[in-house]
Amino acid sequence: MPDELAQIVAEYGGEKGALIPILQKVQERFGYLSEEAISRIAKLCRISESEVFGVASFYAQFYFTRRGRHSIKVCLGTACHVRGGERILDEIKRELRVESGGTTEDSKFSLERVACFGSCALAPVVVIDKDVYGRMTVSKAKEVITQYE
Amino acid sequence: MNFADIQKRAVAKWEELQRSPESRILVGAGTCGKAAGAGAVLRAIDDALGRHGVKATVIQVGCMGLCYAEPMVGIIKPGRPQIIYGNVQPEVATQLIADYVANDDLRPDLALGYIGDGKIDGIPNLFDLPVLKPQVRLILRNCGLIDPENIDHYIANGGYSGLVKALSMSPEAIIEEIKRSGLRGRGGAGFPTGQKWEFCRRAPGTEKYIVCNADEGDPGAFMNRSLLEGDPHSVLEGMVIGAYAIGANHGYIYCRAEYPLALERLRLALKQMEEYRLIGDDILGSGFNFHIKIKEGAGAFVCGEETALLASIEGKRGMPRSRPPFPAISGLWGKPTNINNVETWANAALILQRGADWYAQYGAERSKGTKTFALVGKVERTGLIEVPLGITLRQIIYDIGGGILKGKKFKAVQTGGPSGGCLPASLLDSPVDYESLTAAGSIMGSGGMIVADEDTCMVDLTRYFLTFTQAESCGKCPPCRVGTRQMLDILTRIVQGQGKPGDIQQLERIAMTVKQGSLCGLGQTAPNPVLTTLRYFRDEYEAHINQKRCPALVCKDLIAFYILPDKCQGCMICMRNCPVEAIKGGRRLVHVIDQDKCIKCGTCLDVCPTRFSAVVKVSGEHIEVPSQPTPVQKEEKGSEG
Repeated sequence: MPDELAQIVAEYGGEKGALIPILQKVQERFGYLSEEAISRIAKLCRISESEVFGVASFYAQFYFTRRGRHSIKVCLGTACHVRGGERILDEIKRELRVESGGTTEDSKFSLERVACFGSCALAPVVVIDKDVYGRMTVSKAKEVITQYE
Repeated sequence: MNFADIQKRAVAKWEELQRSPESRILVGAGTCGKAAGAGAVLRAIDDALGRHGVKATVIQVGCMGLCYAEPMVGIIKPGRPQIIYGNVQPEVATQLIADYVANDDLRPDLALGYIGDGKIDGIPNLFDLPVLKPQVRLILRNCGLIDPENIDHYIANGGYSGLVKALSMSPEAIIEEIKRSGLRGRGGAGFPTGQKWEFCRRAPGTEKYIVCNADEGDPGAFMNRSLLEGDPHSVLEGMVIGAYAIGANHGYIYCRAEYPLALERLRLALKQMEEYRLIGDDILGSGFNFHIKIKEGAGAFVCGEETALLASIEGKRGMPRSRPPFPAISGLWGKPTNINNVETWANAALILQRGADWYAQYGAERSKGTKTFALVGKVERTGLIEVPLGITLRQIIYDIGGGILKGKKFKAVQTGGPSGGCLPASLLDSPVDYESLTAAGSIMGSGGMIVADEDTCMVDLTRYFLTFTQAESCGKCPPCRVGTRQMLDILTRIVQGQGKPGDIQQLERIAMTVKQGSLCGLGQTAPNPVLTTLRYFRDEYEAHINQKRCPALVCKDLIAFYILPDKCQGCMICMRNCPVEAIKGGRRLVHVIDQDKCIKCGTCLDVCPTRFSAVVKVSGEHIEVPSQPTPVQKEEKGSEG
């Protein structure tokens, strides 16, 4: 694993402002940013660990713990909010026994609330991995989730 | 190959496609279309074509903006205008291939309208539909009609002719043209674009940058996403023109990671531009060099603010800094930088293609041109629209949007996202332009327009916006960091029924402090939802605080559900569906909700058969019901278990 990480950093060859794309690639490859990964990135980029963590923790996209196999994102943008997104989130939380931001005990799902996917005309929206589901209802949400292994 | 040849070839290919003896099938496959099921529709079309042994070209196009009718399919048969069908589920798609493509039954019953010359009996012209008639589609002219992944389609429809023209002009003349057009920034603040370019052009220094702000973070807005997905080249052409006018050799597109399809289409578009030498070194033999890099946002709303966005491109925490110096003087890596929104760049390309005078004929006195809006929330026809500035809110919501969902009553329209305000019915006839919206306490913003009906609680909606801005405040300056938190705490107490006298005045005081004292646009505008709702919907705050009542029946702590004994027929449907087993009852028994167990999810109200309508939702009143299930008294005709 460490070599793959070095390869990602090397791809950017000291380019200005490359830290965020490096973090994105590392997370894409390993699923999250482990303490070890952050420490390695800092060394390879010749900046302090606190700077790497400071940048990473500023942005909502980065995770510091292992995630579930599938990510469920419930949109709570304005359009989804007025069309009942909160109820869908509540139902999924109850169904999977997980809080938003958490991962189910069997590591199958991670649940998150997000601010907007830009599919507002189809509100409320739920995104599972890369599939976007529009015009959701509580019962449709439950049904969709069962399709994931 | 020079551009004239490229253009000639693209036009020839486009015309050949128009004359093609094969049928063409256009499927709306933007993010919205896909979310509505375009993937399954594409598969159904392929299957059906195979089964009928018919050959046809299937093209995935961007979004036409009629999101309420997604998935949409357009079919062009030789010699006939394109017919657009709406709400095409896979079964319908299969049917259309069998009836129209394989045979010649036009299925007017399934059609929305036709596009193009000619006339079709029984099917209206698409642009005569109420949803499209008041619209003026300049920026969205290609969306849904061309293949966004094919640069030739863009070129054949006039694309890059603006760049060719620009390269034959002096940079000063281009800036003059943009100034004359009256174009103002489409990111929300409305700063005159030509003037902005001029500042950067005149700034000392040889190394300059331009940036396309595609960090469309306002919840409830997707104009930029649709444009980038449906016609990416229109934005890129504008960027190259701007770079040439300003004298920048490097550009960045800062796009949210939540828009994977837009990112993919941008990358592809840049590759195609390179092949035609529309980007890179010595663009179209002019000697001008310009390179574009794409930066993916990492999820921080504040990065839509220009100085925060620049910090993020530099690989730092995306925190804003105070201005001056403005980015035009000292921006990316301390160099002069010009930042414009996606839509502004696309407008610039169009102005160079068609001329400033042509452009300035659209719009209002001080707000020229058109603006795209994401019309969403409780309207019948949600979608992406483009209208001339100066149109009224009423025209947008009632004529284009078709009025309020399910015939309910209009309550408010929210413009400008979390930075904007909520406008009441009394302002429906005000024109949509930069000045009028600001005077009403809201802002134009980037174009989100969310409609609320009588079932929307304005206090709850305000709390929602504050939850958002409080979470997204970067924490650098105290008025925003502390003020948004304090406002959110008060609003949360109010919706929980813990409001106190004096809360409203306290909210107003904090809101003014945050507005005046914050460093960047996020903080300066975060109180707008609070201030506008206090201005126009004060009675709702008062009901929550003084009577512990939520007039819209939304706030969970202030509502209760009851089952009316004289209406309940003991069918047990609510009891079976209650997720927390809070309903007691049995066959032919009047059901009772245990108020202590009830989580107020509203499932019982949803599932109670309409012929009984036994479940009611109330706020601020108590309804006398038995504490235990009792036998059903009255026999309802046609009742069942």
